Amino acid sequence: MYSGASNFVTTTDTAFAVIIGISVIFLVGITATMLWFVYRYNKKRNPVATQIHGSNTLEIVWTVIPTILVLVMFFYGWSGYSPMKKAPEDAMKVRATARMWSWLFEYENGIKTDTLYIPVNKAVALDLISVDVIHSLYIPAFRVKEDMVPGKTNKMWFIGQKEGNYELFCTEYCGLSHSYMFTEVKVLPQQEFDTWYAAMADTSKQSAMAAKPGAAGRRLVQVNGCLACHSADGTKLIGPTFKGLYGKAHTVITGNSEREIIADDDYIIKSIYEPNEDIVKGYVKGQMISYKEQLSKEDIAHIIEYLKTLE
Amino acid sequence: MTDFNHTNREPNFLEYKGKYKGILGWITSTDHKRIGLLYFYSMMFFFLAGVVMGLLMKYELISPGEQIMGAQTYNGLFTLHGLTMIFLFVIPGVAAVFGNFFLPILIGAKDVSFPRLNLMSWYLYIIGAIIVLISQFIGDGPPDTGWTFYAPYSLKTNTNVVAAVTGAFILGFSSILTGLNFIVTMHRLRAPGMGWLRMPLFGWALYGTGWIQLLATPVVGITFLMVIAERLLGIGFFDPAIGGDPILYQHLFWIYSHPAVYIMILPAMGAITEIIPTFARKTIFGYTAIVISSMAIAFVGYFVWGHHMFTSGMSSTSRWVFSLLTFLVAIPSAIKVFNWTATLYKSSINLQTPFYWAIAFVFVFMIGGFSGLVLGSLATDIHVHDTAFVVAHFHYIVFGGTGFAFFGALHYWFPKMFARVYNFKVANTGLIIFFIGFNMLYFPMFYLGLLGMPRRYYDYLPMFHSANILSTVGSWIMATGLLIIIINLIRARKGSGKEVDDPWDGKTLEWTIPSPPIVENFEEIPEVKHGPYEY
Repeated sequence: MYSGASNFVTTTDTAFAVIIGISVIFLVGITATMLWFVYRYNKKRNPVATQIHGSNTLEIVWTVIPTILVLVMFFYGWSGYSPMKKAPEDAMKVRATARMWSWLFEYENGIKTDTLYIPVNKAVALDLISVDVIHSLYIPAFRVKEDMVPGKTNKMWFIGQKEGNYELFCTEYCGLSHSYMFTEVKVLPQQEFDTWYAAMADTSKQSAMAAKPGAAGRRLVQVNGCLACHSADGTKLIGPTFKGLYGKAHTVITGNSEREIIADDDYIIKSIYEPNEDIVKGYVKGQMISYKEQLSKEDIAHIIEYLKTLE
Repeated sequence: MTDFNHTNREPNFLEYKGKYKGILGWITSTDHKRIGLLYFYSMMFFFLAGVVMGLLMKYELISPGEQIMGAQTYNGLFTLHGLTMIFLFVIPGVAAVFGNFFLPILIGAKDVSFPRLNLMSWYLYIIGAIIVLISQFIGDGPPDTGWTFYAPYSLKTNTNVVAAVTGAFILGFSSILTGLNFIVTMHRLRAPGMGWLRMPLFGWALYGTGWIQLLATPVVGITFLMVIAERLLGIGFFDPAIGGDPILYQHLFWIYSHPAVYIMILPAMGAITEIIPTFARKTIFGYTAIVISSMAIAFVGYFVWGHHMFTSGMSSTSRWVFSLLTFLVAIPSAIKVFNWTATLYKSSINLQTPFYWAIAFVFVFMIGGFSGLVLGSLATDIHVHDTAFVVAHFHYIVFGGTGFAFFGALHYWFPKMFARVYNFKVANTGLIIFFIGFNMLYFPMFYLGLLGMPRRYYDYLPMFHSANILSTVGSWIMATGLLIIIINLIRARKGSGKEVDDPWDGKTLEWTIPSPPIVENFEEIPEVKHGPYEY
């Protein structure tokens, strides 16, 4: 279907063809033999059975032949897999971070995105990080998948060989919005990628973006995946919407008691650093982790500027 | 067929009146046949509950977006579906019902070695089941971890994991004690003249299973205790935030849970091995080869757990070693299929319902087995791991395998248990509908997995829509077949069928005694002079 989208497609699909091919031959062969016996040796056609206790020759034959065949399958599986472990030295490095329930990609020049942009025909090596529970990064078209285990850095590499957009899923169940934790890989021509890469890194452009009120905060909210749970348009998701949040009164539950608060700067900071202290009434506790490692007080100041724009 | 004559018989196990009457007479009985039926009725209850949950999940997946439930409900539902089906139906499975009922009879014994321990196993099963059910209603909501309880999610979620894990822990003891009981029974209570190689192959299958239950189950018990300790005391076995290792959890979990697949499938294979010779009117082909393959599966099955973790970041060495061992464990299963098929050669087949189930079993089990090869091979597993492909594979094995064998065994031994036959035409029609529905439900999932649809997905992209519709419609057809099958059996049990002793003219020891069996099975312990399948 995506034939040739990455350097691993041919080897993996060959292994599929070998295993499924042999399996189908055996499935059809054994089923046909069985049905033929059922027809031929029906009690009407063969009223008296011939008692046969077994045959050592046959037992050896049908032990040895399947053994050889499964070793062949093993070999194709192994040889298709083994290059996946050895990323070339000159591969472009991207740090992929997963958290409930969004993705973050950090490039060598410091830019951050929620979609993976890569140049065509260039090896890309990902460091796989998780900040909360186990996730798994899966790009079906590329035939690659590796778990993202908290406390551990797994690796993955590939070469995108065809321009286009490809789905990227989380395949390790990670809670409430697991099935919404997907993004895209965009494989761009080298030149287009370079332009994008330079433009994103350009500080003047970033400051131009920052000139617009709340723009820096908006980017932070995007790349940190906040919008997976907090909408900007008033839709109720897992957490309260950002729209009309700042400066208003809210009922929260602290411990076991209800209280009224005003969503001021201190409240926003506390909600990001200790998200389970005050839970807005009507929402579930324990869905969000602390972002103390990811967001500085300065970052939060930008986010507050952004929240102010969402009246 | 033996003449049926109710007079001059000792009371049979169904009618026997002991110290207590009614239901008390059943739940205090140490008769292995009554315990087998206690398991049977309780397991059927849980099985049907699991089926309803499955149907609701399939209905939710008929289209992208929300149909009848939210994501949290769906996640709780697939967790409960897994817990119910795995721990309350397929793990006790064929062994707890038909093993309890027929193992002592098949080897010419009056009961298992430890009848009271046997009853205690059933109580542990019920207590475990009740705690799992309670976990749904108390605390902060039903567990939403999946039946695998993967750390650190299972440590972080607010839902009621501790109760569910405690229930599973207790269920483990039920399994261990049943395994122990069967092993000792086979060592100590075989009838005079029944050497090991004259034991029916269902017995051999239970023997292999018993050792797995005894040796592997404690591992998961300890693992579950560690999860409880970590959740309650924050010890830090598995949560990296406090110095634990989530990969350690996966190793411990699968060291039990892979062999557990053989706990589910070995007795099923054993039951099929009893059915085939009876209806082929022919001795089993390759008795010794089947014995060796059962023991080989039980043994090699311990060393393949790592294939559940090919994408976890394990070393390349462990990946290829586990892949190689996984391929080797496929061979004994293949040998069994070849021997079953060879048994039909020059046989004289009596085409009856249990035989149809056996043939259907071999077919779906082969699909399950072959798709397992795709998952055992490294490059291909990387692509389909944790996708719908895996869901299809294990449903073909545990439902297609164990489930089909369970219903096959039920149709085979039903007349022995209740002295009634069911309506064959209705039974066959039910099977055909069930078989079509089953394949329509699970086969599209192979395709979805190859396309890249992850498992445990509440919602999906439109590219996965058409195969999901097919699968959901399949679930309705399958449920219809199941309903026909069950109603047919209930009607027969209530007395619509003809009374019989032995409708199949079987040769193993259970067919030499009247139906239903008398309380102590044999008026006189038989002396065995030849192998089990001498036609």
